[in-house]
Amino acid sequence: MLETIVVPLAKIVVLLNAVLVAVTFLVLMERKVIAWAQSRLGPMRVGPYGILQAIADPIKLILKEDITPRKADKYVFTLAPIMSLVPALVVFAVVPFGPDPFYYLSDINVGLLFIISVTSIGVYGIILGGWASNSKYPLLASLRASAQLISYEIAVTMTLVSVILTTGTLSLVGIVEAQREGGLWFAFVQPVALMLVFIGGLAETNRAPFDLPEAETELTGGFHTEYSGMRFSLFFLAEYANMIVISAIVVIMFFGGWLQPFPNVPALAFLGFVPPWIWFIGKIFLFLYVFIWIRATLPRYRYDQLMALGWKVLIPVAIGNLVVTGILKVAL
Amino acid sequence: MTLEAPRASTTQFDTDELVINMGPQHPSTHGVLRVVLKLDGERVIDADCVIGYIHRGIEKLSENRDWTQIILLTDRMDYVAAATNNLGYCQTVEKLMQIEVPRRARYLRTVLAELQRIASHCLWLGTHAMDIGAMTVLLYAFREREFVLDLFEEFCGARLTYNSMRIGGLPLDIPPGWDKKVLSFCDLMEGKLNDYETLLTNNRIWLKRTRDVGVISGDEAIGLGLCGPPLRGSGVPRDVRKDEPYAAYDELEFNVPLGTRGDTYDRYLIRMDEFRESIRLVRQAVEGIPEGPIMGKVPRLIKPPAGETYHAIESPKGELGYFIVSDGKSTNPYRFRVRPPSFCNLQGLKRLVTGHLVADVVALIGTIDIVLGEVDR
Repeated sequence: MLETIVVPLAKIVVLLNAVLVAVTFLVLMERKVIAWAQSRLGPMRVGPYGILQAIADPIKLILKEDITPRKADKYVFTLAPIMSLVPALVVFAVVPFGPDPFYYLSDINVGLLFIISVTSIGVYGIILGGWASNSKYPLLASLRASAQLISYEIAVTMTLVSVILTTGTLSLVGIVEAQREGGLWFAFVQPVALMLVFIGGLAETNRAPFDLPEAETELTGGFHTEYSGMRFSLFFLAEYANMIVISAIVVIMFFGGWLQPFPNVPALAFLGFVPPWIWFIGKIFLFLYVFIWIRATLPRYRYDQLMALGWKVLIPVAIGNLVVTGILKVAL
Repeated sequence: MTLEAPRASTTQFDTDELVINMGPQHPSTHGVLRVVLKLDGERVIDADCVIGYIHRGIEKLSENRDWTQIILLTDRMDYVAAATNNLGYCQTVEKLMQIEVPRRARYLRTVLAELQRIASHCLWLGTHAMDIGAMTVLLYAFREREFVLDLFEEFCGARLTYNSMRIGGLPLDIPPGWDKKVLSFCDLMEGKLNDYETLLTNNRIWLKRTRDVGVISGDEAIGLGLCGPPLRGSGVPRDVRKDEPYAAYDELEFNVPLGTRGDTYDRYLIRMDEFRESIRLVRQAVEGIPEGPIMGKVPRLIKPPAGETYHAIESPKGELGYFIVSDGKSTNPYRFRVRPPSFCNLQGLKRLVTGHLVADVVALIGTIDIVLGEVDR
């Protein structure tokens, strides 16, 4: 009873809250980092150095009026933000924060497949949101979004297959363990795959330079133009939760998950005093920082260029990487 | 219960074009421009500009104001380059009245006009880059624009609508030490320009978004009446400062940057070069400011003789012309007409965007650098 119901439930509650709190602080982090990149201060008013802005923002969004346009499809309009947030949160069920079962909810043997399939559901939220708004700009944006997410998913999935080939397991815990046994992070074994997954991840989370579905300067906000209040913030939460998911995937697949750097080098063994989950979260935030850094630096791709990059560059390279990995796997 | 025969599919896919309305409240139409776009998928097949949302009747108003009051109205046209507007108007009236402007005033006017060009180009660069998604450049460019505004504030007390010139010269001499500050700003700006270029010029995404976007040939640009950087981007060597020198431009050295391809990237490069040329001009002008009066001999009551005149200057956006008719009797113009560069360049927008994608529309609105206050007047 205690082991089967209470403990998992408690873990779920803690995990969900941790993710949501992390998301609110991630928004603050994004605003601060971009502000520093642009020689500004960023939020400074709420709390010391604006730290409490992370709490003020959600309160503001909850209190705002929740508008449904008269011509919108009411049920789908409400369903869409939920559909985009839920998959982003469900994914955390299989993300391992540390080596022993205390640090994860479940270690299923198709963990990676689970992540890939569940995150794909999120695109429905965007399509339905744009469609249900019954407005032209959101419709255009959601069409872009669906095309973009589907094309980049192919590249990312195909790249992840090459990592699976190397490890022989789909379990996320297994993938990290394989890196521990090999003594080498897969970032060094599969550098091409790392680049592909990272670029694809940027595109799948609608982040700059691939933030076309919400290109505010072209489409006045993109698929969530007609949304306000809490429903808008659900889309917002989903986007940032997805960023965390993509960073987590990159860290698990390529940067050794919870492992300390160079786990087999005795000289670096003193790094073991840091608990594994700190390593994991630290690495995730490092990648989140890179996400934000890129947003502050690069202009945006155009829609056709984005598709060309996805289909003509990333997918062929992903296939090539897969083939080379397969050949090496058989040959060695 | 019978099964119905499946109906023959008579419906076809609806392939009509989609009409979307961009503006007048849109984040990247640079004001209250409204563009009605006809789209085929994401490709623009037709664009129709609707203007007039901030028409204030400046031309008609001017016909009921006396000659000095009009300077103040010209501030409100291209409100990001007010000093150039003042300059154009004052010179037109001076031409009408044949007033000799002292050399010191002409040099100072040149300094102000070129500083204004830097400020205006800063705003263009920031918003253009922002439209294409490079958000950091906006903040950087505005930071430097702020220095120019500070210089103007020190000179005339205002930061946006300067009212900084008078018919026959300048209202005020420069405050002590101002020229030193201008020179140190020039040094600072040169370094910052390199920063902007690091972010954009060789950036692959920037190149992809601007190269071969909105290509227009020199002949076509002339035919459409384009002026300023959009015209020079197509390789037409037309710059009023060189062709019909005014103020102190004939005594200073500068180049007119020209493009070769006539695309958005060329227009970007030209404006970046114009920054450097402006800095060069400001340096030369500040170092060469002669001693002397700042006002010419102007009658107390300004009443130009009967006649008409047209005079154009090179504003940051292109050829800014004033056509003024005086009846010689009243203290206000009989007819006052402005040839605004933004308005003329906006005519090219339809030609530029047709055939491009929606995302290019904002890039192209940015590249022609319009200010709606000047388009509508």
